[in-house]
Amino acid sequence: MPVIIKNQKVISDTYTFYSSYTSGDVLAERSIIPIDDFLANPTQFEQHSGSLGVWLDSHHEPEVLSSYIHQLAVIAINFPSFTDGRGYSIARVLRERLGYQGELRAVGDILHDQLFYLKRCGFDAFKLHAEKDPEEALRGLNAFSISYQGASDHPQPLFRRRLH
Amino acid sequence: MYKYDAYDKTIVAERVAQFRDQTQRYLEGKLTDAEFLPLRLQNGLYIQRFAPMLRVAIPYGMVSAKQIRKLAEISRQFDKGYVHFSTRQNVQYNWPKLEKVPDILAELATVEMHAIQTSGNCIRNTTTDQFAGVAADELVDPRPYCEIIRQWSTFHPEFAYLPRKFKIAINGAKQDRAAVQVHDIGLHAQQNDQGELGFRVLVGGGLGRTPMIGTEICDFLPERHLLTYLEAILRVYNRYGRRDNKYKARIKILVKALGADAFRAKVEAEWQHLKDGPQTLTEAEVTRISQHFSSPDYADLPVENTQLQQDLQQDPNFRHWYERNVTAHKVPGYAIATLSLKATAQAPGDASDQQLEAAADLAEQFSFGEIRVSHQQNLVLADVQQDHLYTLWQEALRFGFATPNIGLLTDVICCPGGDFCALANAKSLPIAEAIQRRFDDLDYLHDIGDLDLNISGCMNACGHHHVGHIGILGVDKKGAEFYQVQLGGSAYNDASLGKILGPSFARDVMPDVITSIIDVYLAHRTSEELFIDTYRRIGIQPFKDRVYASNN
Ligand code: HEM
Ligand code: SF4
Repeated sequence: MPVIIKNQKVISDTYTFYSSYTSGDVLAERSIIPIDDFLANPTQFEQHSGSLGVWLDSHHEPEVLSSYIHQLAVIAINFPSFTDGRGYSIARVLRERLGYQGELRAVGDILHDQLFYLKRCGFDAFKLHAEKDPEEALRGLNAFSISYQGASDHPQPLFRRRLH
Repeated sequence: MYKYDAYDKTIVAERVAQFRDQTQRYLEGKLTDAEFLPLRLQNGLYIQRFAPMLRVAIPYGMVSAKQIRKLAEISRQFDKGYVHFSTRQNVQYNWPKLEKVPDILAELATVEMHAIQTSGNCIRNTTTDQFAGVAADELVDPRPYCEIIRQWSTFHPEFAYLPRKFKIAINGAKQDRAAVQVHDIGLHAQQNDQGELGFRVLVGGGLGRTPMIGTEICDFLPERHLLTYLEAILRVYNRYGRRDNKYKARIKILVKALGADAFRAKVEAEWQHLKDGPQTLTEAEVTRISQHFSSPDYADLPVENTQLQQDLQQDPNFRHWYERNVTAHKVPGYAIATLSLKATAQAPGDASDQQLEAAADLAEQFSFGEIRVSHQQNLVLADVQQDHLYTLWQEALRFGFATPNIGLLTDVICCPGGDFCALANAKSLPIAEAIQRRFDDLDYLHDIGDLDLNISGCMNACGHHHVGHIGILGVDKKGAEFYQVQLGGSAYNDASLGKILGPSFARDVMPDVITSIIDVYLAHRTSEELFIDTYRRIGIQPFKDRVYASNN
C-alpha cells in the first residue's frame, strides 16, 4: 500500500493518481487528476460521488483554480525536480490568496530536508518517491522550532510575535 | 553591532544540528551527491579543486574582535592558518575537511556566526557600505535594514530553491560604496522631501556572463513596505525566472526579457496582495533593530587635532598612509582607517591567523572592538581617534597591513582563480602579484591616483572585472591561459561596464600591458583628472593603439 506523510504521520494513501484522464473514464472513488483535464470540462465532475483532487505542475498558474477551490478535496503540486522551487510559491498563493483549505499535497521529487519549508508554505501532505524512507523523513518536518518570517503556517513574522 | 537574542541563538544551533545530520546521512550514503549538493551549498560548502571550501557569513561586513579571534582559531585548528575575505564581505576557508564542517559550524555558533545561505540558489548575505554609520557623506544608516533583511531572508521557506542565487545590496550614503547597481536588488536608502525614510529600488543588475546595470522599478518605497515589496519581487522571480538554462536564470535575464515596465507591473500586481499584510514593518521593530547600531561612546574631541598634524608633518610615510587609508568620519576628532590586505605577494583579501589576532587587538585598542570587511577585500577600523592614528599605523606596519594603497592600482580586487577554483580558465593571483610588483614605487602609484583594478579567473566575474576601471579576465585559448583586458568600468554612482580592449594577452606581458595603459593615461590627463575621467574623455582608441603597438 502506498503511503503519504500527513499531519506529521505516515498513513496509507487512499487516492488514485491519474497521470492523464480522458473524458468519460470512470474515476475511482478518490481521485487526483491532471489540472488541464479537469479544466477542459469542470462541470462533468460535479456528479462525482467521491472525493476529487487535481494535480498541477510547477509551470501551472494556481490562479486558474480560483473558482473551483471549494469543490476540490486535494490539490497536489508536482515537483519535477527538487531544485525547482516554483511549487513553494504556488502553494502560498493557493493558501493565502485563494483561501484553499483542503489537502495540499507535495508530490514528485521532494526530499526529507525540504519538508520543513514545504510545510511552512502550506503543504500538509507529502508523497515521497517510493525509495525514500518516510519514517526518517518525518524528522525533516520539524527541523527548526522558530522562524523569523511569516508564511502560510504562521502568517505573523517573529517581530510581531516576540515577547520582548 | 547586532547581538543575538535567544531566538537567533536557537535558530543557529538548530542549523548546526541539521547540518550535522545531513553530513552524517551523506557520509552513510543515504543522500546522493546531487541531493547533498544544494544542502551543503546553502551552508557555504563548495567542493573545489583541492578540498572543500567553506564560506562563512559576515552579515553586511560587520564583525567583532571576538569573532575575528574565533576565525583565527578555526583557521589554525581546521585549516592552514589563513582565511580569505571575499568581495561579498564574507570569509572563506580553503582547506577544511568535509567531515569536520559540522564541528566548525558549532565553533562559529559560539560567537554568533554561521555559514547560512552563503552559497546556493537562495537569498545571500546582504552587503553594504563598509563605512555605514560613520561616513561623513551618509544620509541613512543602512545597517538596521541589512539586519531586517537578514532575518527575513534567513531560511525563508519560499525562496530556498530559486532559479539562481540572489544578492541584495543597500547603500545609504551619497557615494555608492556598495555597488548596488550590479546586484539582483539594489536599494538606496534615503529620505524624501517630507523627511520620511524609504528606498529607491533597482533590480536586475549583476555581473557574471551577462553583466548588466540594474534598472529602477520604484523611486521611493516607504520604509514599512520594505519586506512586502521584496517578497513581491522574489515571488515574481521564483515563479517566472528561467530554470532551463543556468546561465540565463538570474533575475536580470527576466527583467530584460519582460522589459522593465512589464516587470514592474508584475511586481506591483503581486505586491497589491502583500502590501500592508503581516510582513509590514512596524516602528517598534525598526527601533528595536536600530538600537543595535547606536553610536559607540565617542569622546568629545576638537575638529582639528594638533597631534595628528604634527605626526603628518614629521613622517612622510605616515602621510602617505594617511592620504590613502584614512577616510573622513562624521564625528569630530575621529577617523576611519582601512587596513590593507593588499600587500605585494599576499593573495588579495587573504589574512593569516596572526594578522587576524592583530586586527582583533587593534580593534579593541583603537576602535570599540569592531571591524568591518569591505567588498574591496580590506578590513576597516571605523572609529579611531585622530590622535591615535600614528600609533595605529605603526602597529599595522608590524603586521603587514599598512600598505598605503587603498583605492590605488595595487589595491586589486581578485578572485581565487585557477589556484583554487575548479571553474577557472586561468590563474588570477599571479597576475595581481606581477602587477603589484611592477607598480611598487609608491610615489608613482600615488601619482597615478584612484584606479580600480579588478581581476577574475573566468567569466563568472567573482573578481568584478566588468566594473573595474581596468578589468582583467582569464580566458582559455586552446588550453592555454590568456587574459582579456577591459577599460572604463565603474561600480560607483557613475556605474558602467568596461569595454574590451582587444585580443587577449599571455600572462608574462600583462605587467607591460598595464604599464602601457597607465602611460597613455599619464600622457593625456589634465591636472587632477582621474584615470576613469581621462578614459571617458578620450575613449578607448588611444589605449588600444599604444597597447597593441608595444605588446605584439
Ligand atoms: C572558489 C569558489 C567559487 C566558485 C565556484 C564561484 C562561482 C561563481 C559563479 C558560478 C558565479 C556566477 C554566477 C552567476 O552569474 O549566475 C559567481 C559569481 C560571483 N562570485 Fe563567485 N565563486 C567562487 C568564489 C568566489 C569568491 C572567493 C568571491 C569573492 C572574492 C566570489 C564572489 C562572487 C561575486 C561577487 C560574483 C558576482 C557576480 C554576480 O553575482 O553578479 N566568488 N561565482
Ligand atoms: S571568477 Fe571564475 S575563477 Fe574566479 S572564483 Fe569565480 S568562478 Fe572561480
